[in-house]
Amino acid sequence: MRAMLGKGSIRRRLVVQLSLIAAVLSLAFFLIVRAVAGQAASDTQDNILAASATSIADAIYSERGRISLELPYSALSMLGSISQDRVFYRVIVDGETLTGYDDLPAPAHFPKPSEPVFSTLDFRGEEVRSVAVGRTVSSGGQAIRAAIVVAQTRSGLAAITSKISATSVAVGIGLFLFATLLSLLAAQSALLPLNRMTQSIKRRGPHDLRPVRTEIPGELLPLVAALNNFMARLRAALAQSEELVAEAAHRVRTPLAVVRTQAEVALRRLDKPEDRQALREMIRAVDESSRSAGQLLDHAMVTFRTDHLQETRFDLGEVTRETCAHLQPTAGLKDIALVLDIPERPLPFVGDPILLQSALRNILDNAIKYSPADSEITVTITVDRHYEISFRDQGRGFGDVNTGGLTKRFARGGNVADVVGSGLGLTIVDVVARAHKGRVKIRTNTEGPGACVSLVLPLH
Amino acid sequence: MRFACLATALTVWILSLGAATAFEIEGERHYPAPEGAVTLRIISTADINVFEPIILEFQRQNPGVGIDYVIASSTELMRAIYEEQEPFDLAISSAMDLQTKLANDGFALAYSSFATEALPDWAKWRNQIFAFTQEPAVLVISEADFAGMEPPKTREELISLLRENPDRFAGRIGTYDVRISGAGYLFATQDSRNSDSYWRLTEVMGRLHARLYGGSGDMIRDVASGRLALAYNVVGSYAMSRLPDYPGIRIILFEDYVNVMLRTVLVPVNAPHPSEAGLMVDSLATLDSRPALTERTSLPPVKASGLQENSAARPIRLGPGLLVFLDRLKKQSFLQNWTSSMEQFVR
Ligand SMILES: Nc1ncnc2c1ncn2[C@@H]1O[C@H](COP(=O)(O)OP(=O)(O)O)[C@@H](O)[C@H]1O
Ligand SMILES: [Mg+2]
Repeated sequence: MRAMLGKGSIRRRLVVQLSLIAAVLSLAFFLIVRAVAGQAASDTQDNILAASATSIADAIYSERGRISLELPYSALSMLGSISQDRVFYRVIVDGETLTGYDDLPAPAHFPKPSEPVFSTLDFRGEEVRSVAVGRTVSSGGQAIRAAIVVAQTRSGLAAITSKISATSVAVGIGLFLFATLLSLLAAQSALLPLNRMTQSIKRRGPHDLRPVRTEIPGELLPLVAALNNFMARLRAALAQSEELVAEAAHRVRTPLAVVRTQAEVALRRLDKPEDRQALREMIRAVDESSRSAGQLLDHAMVTFRTDHLQETRFDLGEVTRETCAHLQPTAGLKDIALVLDIPERPLPFVGDPILLQSALRNILDNAIKYSPADSEITVTITVDRHYEISFRDQGRGFGDVNTGGLTKRFARGGNVADVVGSGLGLTIVDVVARAHKGRVKIRTNTEGPGACVSLVLPLH
Repeated sequence: MRFACLATALTVWILSLGAATAFEIEGERHYPAPEGAVTLRIISTADINVFEPIILEFQRQNPGVGIDYVIASSTELMRAIYEEQEPFDLAISSAMDLQTKLANDGFALAYSSFATEALPDWAKWRNQIFAFTQEPAVLVISEADFAGMEPPKTREELISLLRENPDRFAGRIGTYDVRISGAGYLFATQDSRNSDSYWRLTEVMGRLHARLYGGSGDMIRDVASGRLALAYNVVGSYAMSRLPDYPGIRIILFEDYVNVMLRTVLVPVNAPHPSEAGLMVDSLATLDSRPALTERTSLPPVKASGLQENSAARPIRLGPGLLVFLDRLKKQSFLQNWTSSMEQFVR
């Protein structure tokens, strides 16, 4: 397809083609004006020459059987009035020169009366335009033929013609430049809807797959329709795969719960310490798998909700306290104390509380998971230019792990190689933070051991 | 013009006709250059004492250029350039018609400079002919004959004056013999174009046995001496220059119209030194800007304002119209008419 091959911009092509058209039209204008005006100028000279010759013809008379002429003053002076050209004339009667320049060429044939014969020829070293007029004079009862030739050089005509040419060249060039300017503007405005559409698509977020709804010209409708169709398919495919993940996680979690219950029942019945230990290990593994599946489910949920963010106004402190209370039992299992340092006053925030809860839960979950028994986790909220919700533990910290990469999906740090995990926790936190125009801060504690992970959110 | 030689008492050589040239000259004067080898040959109808100041001023500015100044009548000038193609560098003549014919028939070089561009349009043709003086045709009267009488202001008044006083003016009117004077022919033909009264005036003058002259100088002299009561169509510049010598004469500029003859210069095609000739053309074209010089030459320079001062002034138009009266048949019939009007009675 040509459109695929052509790399040049549409605008350049438009401008070049329109300019070419303008150039052709300007040239045509120049040629036509020059031809028409040149013709008009030379017609004018011909008319004056003919008038001059006719007035000479009218002044021929016969007297006592002899033909004579009373050359009218105006016959030659009228030729001098339009230009400063040289003038020649000759009157031939019966083949003999009566008066004038006898070397001025006479017409080959006797010109018919009322039909002047024009010709262009060289005379005395210069190009002249000449006219011959015929007249029949009666003298002594005889009809005698007289021919009058009047000629004039053409420098005045040449001057007029070159002036016309210069003017029409100037006008032609002006026309061309003007048309080029107009075609630039035209190309610009023709491409305006395309640019507008490009901008509106560019401005979209990475997950925004809604159909394009900007006003578009008819020519772009098929393209936009194809684009929308493509995005719809993409959206459907994404939704399908997320559904699949959620469904899969759900289906794994249910039998796991059954296995866990059965294992706990068995644990109660067993007495041998090594058997009990093995069963406890099994229960922990089941818990871990179930948590991973829960995180997969969470992740799918978070991705879906951030695409269709439903914002409500809620209290950030409240949500944090709830989350902590929710995980209190888990912390209690490891004798970990949760120390809350949250301002009493309301901390209003606009966003999706479910998403935020999920994010906070994942951070706290990590802190509990990577903390030793009998330790403390401090949860603080500071309000400065942002809200900063920090979870500080007394665990192993991040060591020399590159914390930048930990928010990638399924990324796990080398500091926790001995613990099983999905690598989705911080990913969920990051997605939620971004959806609320915030970010995650991951760092090792500066005072004391442990990690400090914070969610930074904008004040509204 | 024949009067050119009349007033001169200078070292003018009358060359014998046996010289190398076939055209007839009336005088020649050589002005060698103190330095340099270029000699401009000028053929002119103007009297040497009129033109000498211009030559001396030119040589003061261009010390490298010698000048050979040849005086000839306008007809002989025409013959020298047109028929014999003598290698002159400049042709200066008051016969506008003949100068026009030279340019029209291709015997003149085109020349253009700041000086010629500054000339008014009516003072040049094809950039080949350049006018440098404007000389009105005037009526010269003897104050004694018009004592206690209002001099005529128009040609009509002149005609009635002559008709009413035949006794006083019979035999005491002077005018050009247009058959021998180029200037006279030019004035007469322009008169015949300008007004119908010309032929009546000619008839009246003929009836009163007008005396016919070949030059303005003689007419002025005869008015001053009392032989003539008035002279019609005298070249104004000559009359002006004689006023101090002849206190009894008076110059009348008609109010109906005044023909203004232009003295013109052209560079012939075969000029040996066209660029030096151009310098002389510039010098002539800028005559108006050098009052000290014009005072010495008594030539009235071309100036655009000179025409506005006198609304009746009509400079004779350069151009093909002037060729009409050079037409063989036209000239023949004009002279025939003129002669029959002027010579109604055998004197
Ligand atoms: N409180 C913490 N203490 C030490 N390391 C942590 C802490 N929280 C997160 N990490 C590191 O970040 C990695 C990614 O966390 P996460 O995405 O929740 O995956 P998982 O916890 O399943 O390994 C963890 O593997 C661990 O290396
Ligand atoms: Mg985790």
